[in-house]
Amino acid sequence: MSEVIKNVACPYCGACCDDLVVTVENGKILEVQNACVIGTEIYHHASREGRVGSPRMRQPDGTYKDITYDEAIDYTARMLIKAKKPLIYGFGSTNCEGQAAAGRVAEEAGAVLDNCASICHGSSFLAIFDTGYPSCTLGEVKNRADVVIYWGSNAAHAHPRHMSRYGVFPRGFFTNKGHRGRKVITVDPRYTDTARCSDIFLQVKQGHDYDLFDAFRMVMRGYVDDVPEIVAGIPKEKILEVCDIIKMGRYVHIFFGMGLCHSDGRNHNVDIAINLVRDINEITKCTIMAMRGHYNIAGPGVVWSWQFGFPYCIDLSKGSHAHMNPGETSSVDLANRGEVDAFINIGTDAGAHFPIRSFEKLGSRVPMVTIDPSVNMAATVSDVHIPVAIVGVETGGICYRMDNVPIQYRAVVPPYNGILTDEELFNRILNRMLELKTEGIECDGKWEYAKPLPSLIPVKIEPEA
Amino acid sequence: MSTVTVTLKKQPELYFEADLITPDQFAGKSAEEIGAVEISEGKIKYPLSTVATIGGAPGVTAAETMIVLNGDWSRVKRIGQQMTAGEIVINSNTDMYTGGWMKGGKITVNGDVDSFTGIAMAGGELMVNGKAENHVGCAYRGDWRGMTGGVLRVTGSAGNDIGTFMRGGTIIIEGDVFIHVLTHGEGGTIIIKGNVEGRVGGQAVKGAVYVFGTIKYMMPGYKYVDNVEAEIDGEKAVFAHYIGDLGERHPTSKNQIVFANLYLKK
Ligand code: SF4
Repeated sequence: MSEVIKNVACPYCGACCDDLVVTVENGKILEVQNACVIGTEIYHHASREGRVGSPRMRQPDGTYKDITYDEAIDYTARMLIKAKKPLIYGFGSTNCEGQAAAGRVAEEAGAVLDNCASICHGSSFLAIFDTGYPSCTLGEVKNRADVVIYWGSNAAHAHPRHMSRYGVFPRGFFTNKGHRGRKVITVDPRYTDTARCSDIFLQVKQGHDYDLFDAFRMVMRGYVDDVPEIVAGIPKEKILEVCDIIKMGRYVHIFFGMGLCHSDGRNHNVDIAINLVRDINEITKCTIMAMRGHYNIAGPGVVWSWQFGFPYCIDLSKGSHAHMNPGETSSVDLANRGEVDAFINIGTDAGAHFPIRSFEKLGSRVPMVTIDPSVNMAATVSDVHIPVAIVGVETGGICYRMDNVPIQYRAVVPPYNGILTDEELFNRILNRMLELKTEGIECDGKWEYAKPLPSLIPVKIEPEA
Repeated sequence: MSTVTVTLKKQPELYFEADLITPDQFAGKSAEEIGAVEISEGKIKYPLSTVATIGGAPGVTAAETMIVLNGDWSRVKRIGQQMTAGEIVINSNTDMYTGGWMKGGKITVNGDVDSFTGIAMAGGELMVNGKAENHVGCAYRGDWRGMTGGVLRVTGSAGNDIGTFMRGGTIIIEGDVFIHVLTHGEGGTIIIKGNVEGRVGGQAVKGAVYVFGTIKYMMPGYKYVDNVEAEIDGEKAVFAHYIGDLGERHPTSKNQIVFANLYLKK
């Protein structure tokens, strides 16, 4: 007998669509309705052949051997205690319960706790620390916004249903004409598919968003005459035209993405955007929101701010206080500088997302544990790979949508082969650490671990100058 | 002034943090007590004597104490953090936060420094005879009060974020700088002898920047007003004078709007 489960939330992107309908039979997923193609894929992935059903440890010859959860947990607990400064990184694709449990482990381990924001919207956090966050919920955008700006964000590809559910097409309470009543503006160096759906496209010169924001702010502050004829490749009359649309809007909303966070200046590109929102609010109503990538990458920011006072890049190695300073305590910098001596990759793929040189430094020099349902790139070079249940498919929990609204996720099938959830795993690692500490195991910076194989170093390391 | 010489003998596998190496901490201590000052590497804390040899003796007060650091300190962070008086001479490169939050005294680095040098500096003199990385004399993350006083000089080049949220004091970079100079500035003076890629004075409310070289990309929010002749850091020159950032809020004083000033050598 097949069963139809309604109101399922999608564990893929930060739009967290919670209107999915999933049909299951005998613990297998038959059909997924309403999800976009990438969302659908994550469900089918759960029932695909080749899932890893048990923790595995890398052998000297490079092959993997199945080990028990107890052995994997013991290895991880020992590594965390013995290392002088372990790094626990990831968490974009797990639930808040798992993130909180990892926070407790990190505190006991004196580790650096970091999440994928570190290589994504972390710079937005820095901007928010400096200038605040005049934001809203996606529901407000849908129901109120008549001017929507996508700045440095290609929603059409990264968040496929974002434009239809919130940004461009939906009919809301005060926006009952749908996209015909909305002006959509895209600012991007490339003519993206999002730009294709927009009324106005500003092709900003790559890396010069900051200058363009400054020009917008000059107009909002009444210095129209002093705006240069061309700013960041955009003619002055185009800037004035867009500013007029903004000023005429009843409710303006800016969605921004990696275009701001991943170009030179990073946090300043975002803090000037936030200050533009502040200026626009002198004239009309305006809000701003980061296009968060993973379905629960907003989660660690919320959970750890509550646990430690900081959303990411949290150095707990002092034992006495948490220290945060991206540039120093951020994962890529720690890796590049050789500042950590153990690494846990959880709910993400540092192998795919880090700059190759930084990942090489981790992969070739420090013991590594990957906690992930699938065999990702990081798992292929880890000493130990521990599979866990897929959140939103095999286990439920709380996840924060990109607008920091918590969504209750649910399991539609039982965990494959009875594997643990992230929360159960981290709780058991914590218990094992406490046991080991009572047995007298302590941090001495020495451990025995599988030596990295030279053949696993993907790219030749150039001698340091 | 009495001098303590500390020679680093053991290199860390990761990085050392030496926020306790300041004249304030060393003053009045015996050689044994200085040897017991902690230096940390991740979770582990070592007594200084286990990683370095210590010679000489400190003065009774910080002001009478000079510390000379020999050996390779390039993997050591936070030297001279929060010092209030006395002197440190580092005959090596150093890592991050050198002279961070310093309030007085003098630090001379005969080598290169890494990022966050002189972060939130409030007074004293920080002299780098070498190059610096990013965030020179900037604010700590989320703090709207950056550098408030003192003189920070780098003889080489520097990266980005020079004097972010600066409110007072002087930063002199003799080489080139990448982007973001005096961003969010609320006061203070920055002198760049070399060239800057761009974003000089972005979102600056008050403060002054002098650039002797070129600015590749000028902020749109800066407006030329006049030419001025001035002697800056011992060099007399004529500068094109701009005011800005017109896209930022500005206070009024005596019915006049106060802007940040940018002087570009002609
Ligand atoms: S838009 Fe995002 S959350 Fe919605 S179905 Fe697609 S991947 Fe899932």
